[in-house]
Amino acid sequence: MPVELTSYTAALPEIILAAGAMVLLMLGAFGAEADERADRVGWLGILVLFVTGVALLSQTGTERAFNDAFISDPFARFVKLLVLVGSGAAIVLSFDDMRRAHANRYETPVLILLSTVGMMMMISANDLIALYLGLELQSLALYVLAAIRRDDVRSSEAGMKYFVLGALSSGMLLYGASLLYGYTGTTTFAGIATAAAAPGAATNLGLIAGLVFLLVGLAFKISAVPFHMWTPDVYEGAPTPITAFFAAAPKLAALALLARVLSEPFGGMEVQWQKIVIFLAIASMLLGAFAAIGQTNIKRLMAYSSIGHVGFALVGLAAGSEEGIQSLLIYLAIYLVMTLGSFACILAMRRESGPVEEISELSGLAETDLPMAFTLAMLLFSLAGVPPLAGFFAKFYVFAAAVKAELYGLAIIGVLSSVVGAFYYLRIVKVMFFDDAKPAFTTTAPYVRVVMIGAGLFVLLYAIYPSPLIDAAAAAAKSFSF
Amino acid sequence: MSIAGAPILSVVTFLPLAGALFVALLSREAVQNIRYATLWTTLITFAISLLIWINFDPNTAGFQFVEEREWLGPIKYKMGVDGISMLFVILTTFLMPLCILASWQSIEDRVKEYMIAFLVLEALMIGVFCALDLVLFYLFFEGGLIPMFLIIGVWGGPRRVYASFKFFLYTFLGSVLMLLAMMAMYWHAGTTDIPTLMTTKFPADMQFWLWLAFFASFAVKMPMWPVHTWLPDAHVEAPTAGSVILAGILLKMGGYGFLRFSLPMFPDASATLAPLVFAMSVIAIVATSLIALVQEDIKKLIAYSSVAHMGFVTMGIFTFTQQGIDGAIFQMLSHGLISSALFLCVGVVYDRLHTREIKAYGGLVERMPIYAVIFMVFTMGNVGLPGTSGFVGEFLTLLSSFKVNTYVAFIATTGVILSAAYALYLYRRVVFGPLEKPSLKAMKDVNAREIAILAPLVILTILFGFYPAPILDVTAVSVKALVTSLEAASQAAALAN
Repeated sequence: MPVELTSYTAALPEIILAAGAMVLLMLGAFGAEADERADRVGWLGILVLFVTGVALLSQTGTERAFNDAFISDPFARFVKLLVLVGSGAAIVLSFDDMRRAHANRYETPVLILLSTVGMMMMISANDLIALYLGLELQSLALYVLAAIRRDDVRSSEAGMKYFVLGALSSGMLLYGASLLYGYTGTTTFAGIATAAAAPGAATNLGLIAGLVFLLVGLAFKISAVPFHMWTPDVYEGAPTPITAFFAAAPKLAALALLARVLSEPFGGMEVQWQKIVIFLAIASMLLGAFAAIGQTNIKRLMAYSSIGHVGFALVGLAAGSEEGIQSLLIYLAIYLVMTLGSFACILAMRRESGPVEEISELSGLAETDLPMAFTLAMLLFSLAGVPPLAGFFAKFYVFAAAVKAELYGLAIIGVLSSVVGAFYYLRIVKVMFFDDAKPAFTTTAPYVRVVMIGAGLFVLLYAIYPSPLIDAAAAAAKSFSF
Repeated sequence: MSIAGAPILSVVTFLPLAGALFVALLSREAVQNIRYATLWTTLITFAISLLIWINFDPNTAGFQFVEEREWLGPIKYKMGVDGISMLFVILTTFLMPLCILASWQSIEDRVKEYMIAFLVLEALMIGVFCALDLVLFYLFFEGGLIPMFLIIGVWGGPRRVYASFKFFLYTFLGSVLMLLAMMAMYWHAGTTDIPTLMTTKFPADMQFWLWLAFFASFAVKMPMWPVHTWLPDAHVEAPTAGSVILAGILLKMGGYGFLRFSLPMFPDASATLAPLVFAMSVIAIVATSLIALVQEDIKKLIAYSSVAHMGFVTMGIFTFTQQGIDGAIFQMLSHGLISSALFLCVGVVYDRLHTREIKAYGGLVERMPIYAVIFMVFTMGNVGLPGTSGFVGEFLTLLSSFKVNTYVAFIATTGVILSAAYALYLYRRVVFGPLEKPSLKAMKDVNAREIAILAPLVILTILFGFYPAPILDVTAVSVKALVTSLEAASQAAALAN
């Protein structure tokens, strides 16, 4: 087959990012003092992400590469842009924390970049093999990131747990993929779509089993209940900036991949997968809401909160419509900002003795550091979905999509669990505003503060001019045919 | 002064927010500046809102001062008022400066945050009554929870945490179901525009579910028996001004919601479910009046009396008659004045003695004669004595329900007697009797600031008692249009059967 250079332009952003990551690896390996090298690599990494973003924005329409195994459509670009923002913010958040922990390693930004390449591959995957390659690239980098503080027992434990369960989920996914190949004779999404739309597909056990295994594998990655067990431990154990990264970018990529797999190759089997997605959504929302109530560690709480939010995002997906995809994209964008902002606040929880993670440590924060208390309160109200904050709009669109698809039971359980969820977010607000003050936290690094205040302003002011995000998501959602 | 073409509703809504921003920029130590800046913001907002009343055309049933801007695709930023909503805007802007004055000395801790919370709350409350779009309405309706949660939780009494959580979660739970109903309405009608939805005909079975979802929210907000239990807790723990806002304005959102959404949009379901509302109203009137009789805490007593008075409102609304709805609106406005005033009166003695136990008082008349007179006026207003504004609303709602359902009217009338019992009993225990307790001997009578707060309320309570026309004139045409449309719907339903 003749290789044309133009067929690579669809993957140009990924190529830039991958090449950039490797150059940075070399830059890091040779050079000045460790601290300085890490900082330099970090800033250059952000630059690479920025250039990648520019390359991404210069693409138009739908482009394909690698024999149709890779597709760059408006949907993919929307999510990729979010992932780039999440990765960039994670690097920014990591500087200060890593330095203070004396674990300032240039590998951190490089690994973040490499896993970002994997995520972008996942989002653009249009073939089972591309899907698996992207997924593994991002996962392998993430396992290492979880354990990057190798002297720390909790960090190593988190890396180990993540690896074992991640490998299990990859196995399931691979098993599903091989079943699909066996029963359809193809690995391309287009080929599977034809097979899934053919009469008799609904009773084709091999196809259904393959779909289920694929779904289970991806449910692990997005930590949907009942495949969520690893999440609280990994979130708690990993260094906080890495947890912020875990909660944001990989979830987005895996949800986008799930959306594409269900809408495109399995669009013809909506009746079959809708039940599974509804179950995952309800289980995640309920567990996220109830299990978080008892948490005292804020990182564990955020883990359960993120499980709940995946449930809400899945509500949009369960609708199986263009509105559903649009609402999912809106949810992802707003969830990303809220998560990064919340973790910036968690990073700012630091005393002379080091970082603190108990919720009770936030006691009386409104008296010692009102801007931070106010910002975190707004982020928490937003996570709870209280209007007029951004989180309300995210929930509004997913439930509107569910109501339109006449999934009333799902919508009612969803809004009720968001009320339960409001309780534990309110509890943190209560600790900060109603309780007596503890000694102030040590001064926060300026970058962390920027992310925190930026996210706070976003959720607070989003209602003034909400349409650009909604319109962009609507345009991106048109990529799939329903 | 003409205001043609000016976006006056947006100005009134967002002026307090601008004031909040300004206060946020002031130094935390400049407490006096913060208080004055807040007071002036609320006073100017009140003055501008009066322009709405002056320029309001009482002969039109439709929405006036309508503004419409692009916002969220099919969801528009649309504001407007009619005869039903306009006076609630005025009530809000009127009570707000009084609240700020009432907090002048009683709030000394975190004054800046307190004032900002109140200004934000004011903006959101005005927005509720002006919004002409479902989503915009919901935004204002629910947004108010955040500042109120903080007001109760930060500046409240000993059980403030419990009360604030109960308030927030109760109201939030009611409202999320309404949100789903709004989405269903949007997908059915293709718009969230309230005036359009008021003329949209929803299928009967859909109306039933939508009505119930809205009812879940408004019944909690109202509050109706049996979902009223958050109110006594919230009232007791909230600071005085917080109680005033709760009783004066937040409770009115429920009644306003029935008039704006349930009746015009789901007329068939409203007719079907009216007996349910009557039953709940009557139970509220009798049961909570009896509960009020045995209260030991002044604020709790007034809170239960609020629930009872709101029972008259729901009863009046669901008679679907001109008198009933006029009376319900009048009762809401009058209760907004009287119960606010009662909470302010409690605040006056609470500031001096720091207890709300009825037992701790007695014989106040000897030390505080002016206070005794003022408190008497509002007690009489609460009882519904002719000559106070409390009488007009109760009388109209009872009159109309008598025509619709005699039994309901009969039982509800006993509520009037019970209200006399608990209100006068309270007055006797607090104001009369021997002045024995040594802590009361040093009590000083109301000062100039407190008179300035209470005097406007005294004047209006008596004025509207003798001359209710200014209010009834404003509401008449809009209510008539509502009643006409309800009659048309019931005739259409009768024909369809």
